[in-house]
Amino acid sequence: MRRRTQRPGVGDRINAYLREHVRILAFSLGRLARAPMASLMTTAVIGIALALPAGLYVLLNNLQAVTGDWDGTVRISLFLKPGSPVEALRTLAKRVRARDDVAQVQIITAQQGLEEFKRSSGFDTALESLEENPLPHVLVVSPSASGRDSARVETLARALRQLPEVDLAQLDMEWLQRLYALLEIARRVVMGIALMLALAVLLIVGNTIRLDIQNRRAEIEVTKLIGATNGFIRRPFLYGGVWYGLLGGILAWLMVSGALTLIETPVERLAGLYHSQYRLLGLGASDSLTLFLLATLLGLAGSWVAVGRHLRAIEPR
Amino acid sequence: MILLQHVSKRYPGTQEVLGQVNLHLGRSEMAFLTGPSGAGKSTLLKLIAAIERPSRGQIVIDGQNITHLPRRRIPYLRRKIGIIFQDHHLLYDRTVFDNVTLPLVIAGFGHREIRRRARAALDKVGLLKKEQAMPITLSGGEQQRVGIARAVINRPPILLADEPTGNLDPELSAEIMGLFEDFNRVGVTVLIASHDIDLITRLHRPIYRLASGLLLAPSQIAPRQGAALAR
Repeated sequence: MRRRTQRPGVGDRINAYLREHVRILAFSLGRLARAPMASLMTTAVIGIALALPAGLYVLLNNLQAVTGDWDGTVRISLFLKPGSPVEALRTLAKRVRARDDVAQVQIITAQQGLEEFKRSSGFDTALESLEENPLPHVLVVSPSASGRDSARVETLARALRQLPEVDLAQLDMEWLQRLYALLEIARRVVMGIALMLALAVLLIVGNTIRLDIQNRRAEIEVTKLIGATNGFIRRPFLYGGVWYGLLGGILAWLMVSGALTLIETPVERLAGLYHSQYRLLGLGASDSLTLFLLATLLGLAGSWVAVGRHLRAIEPR
Repeated sequence: MILLQHVSKRYPGTQEVLGQVNLHLGRSEMAFLTGPSGAGKSTLLKLIAAIERPSRGQIVIDGQNITHLPRRRIPYLRRKIGIIFQDHHLLYDRTVFDNVTLPLVIAGFGHREIRRRARAALDKVGLLKKEQAMPITLSGGEQQRVGIARAVINRPPILLADEPTGNLDPELSAEIMGLFEDFNRVGVTVLIASHDIDLITRLHRPIYRLASGLLLAPSQIAPRQGAALAR
C-alpha cells in the first residue's frame, strides 16, 4: 500500500493563501501584544519620530494658509498724470478692468483721496489752506494672478506703467516675496528633517525586527526543517514591521492632534486680536491617511531590509 | 525511496565524516542506523533531508535527485520527509496543537482539514487530551510523541528519526519504536538512527552500522552480537 502526500487544489491554495495572510496579520499582532512593554517602547519611538515631521508639516500648512490670506493684498496703484480729467480716469478704469490679468479696479479720485487723507492724517486745517488739490487721481488695481506668482504680477505692473495716462505705477510686494522665500526655506528644512526621521524609523524598525529574528532563531530553524519556505518564515516579520509602522503612525497622529488641541484656544485668541476668523488647520482626512500609509510603508521597508539580510543566514544545522 | 550512491561528506578543514556511503531503502522499508557517537549517523540523516549537502556522490529521494537541489526547492523536499529529533525541536511558545499542526499550516491546508488530521495524529500518539497544553508542561516521552505527531501529520512517505529514544527509559523507548513500526506498516519508509542496540535488535529490521565514516552492510543482528557491536 502506498501512502501519498495529499495536496490541496488550486482554488483551495489561493483561498489558503489569503487566509494565511490574514492569519499572519493577526498572529504578528499577537506577537507584539505578548511583549507589550518592548512593543510599546518601539512604537513610542517610531511615533515620536513621525510626530515631529507631521507636526512641522501642520505648522507649515497653517503658515501657508495665513499668508495665503495676504495674497489678495497685492495691489498696483496707478497714479494718473496731474491735471487729468475725471472722465479720463473713468475710461482708463474701464479699459484696465477689461484686461484678463486684472481682477478688480478701484477708483479713487483726487477729491476722494484728499478727503481720505484729511480724515486719516488730522492735517485737515493745513490742507484746507491749499489752493488746489495736489493729489492725482488713483486707480487701485488687483491682479488676477496671486501674489505668489510674482512674475505675472510684475508683467502686469510693467504693462500698466506703459499706459500714456499713467504717471507712476507702484507695486509693493517685496515683503511678500521675502516671506514666501522664508516659507520655501522652512518647507525644505521640514522636508530634510522628515527625510532624516523617516530614515530613523526605517533603522528602528529594521533593528527591532533583526533582534526579533535573532531571538527566534531556534523557531526559524525548526520551521525550515519541517518544510517552511522562506516566504512563510518572512511573512510574520514583515507584518510585524507593518504593525510597528502603523501603530507608530497612529501614535504620531494622536500626538499631533493632542498638540493642536492644546494650542487651539490661544491661536483663536491671537486671531481674534488681529480681527481674523482664522481657524487652526489640523491633519485632515487625506493627510492622516497619508501619514498612516507612509508609516506603514516605512515599517514594511525597515523589516524588509532586516529580513532580507538576516533570515537567509539562518539555516538548520 | 532513499538512495545514496558513493556519498562522501567532508566539512571544511576536517577529515571526511562520511566516505563512499551506499545505501538503498525501498518503499515501505524500515531500517536502523547505528554506530558510535561521531560516526556520522546524524550527518547521514541530514544529507537525506538536504540539511547538509554531500561533498561527492548522488542522493535520490522518492525518485528525485536532490544532490544539487536548488535552495528554493528544499522546503518541498522536506514536506515529504517527517523528521524526529532527539531533543524534540518543539516551539515552546505554542500549544501542542499548534506545534503538531505547523506542517499543515505551512503546506496551506484549510482549518477543518487541520483539525481533523490533528485529532487523528494526536490520537495516534495518545496525546489527544493534551492538545491545548504547552509543551513545557509535558514529560520527555510526551514531548517526543508531540514531535512524532508533528512529523507524521502531513503523511510524508519518509520518516527519519535521530536518536528518538535517546533520553527515554526502556519502556517508553519500546513504545516509541512501536509507533514507528505502526507507521511503517501503513507504507512509510522509516530510517532511525539509534545506538540503543538492545532495543533495535529486538525489532528484526536491517541494521546499518556506521564506523569512522564507513557504512557496513546491513545485517539482522542477533541480540547477543548486539552488545558487542555497541561497544
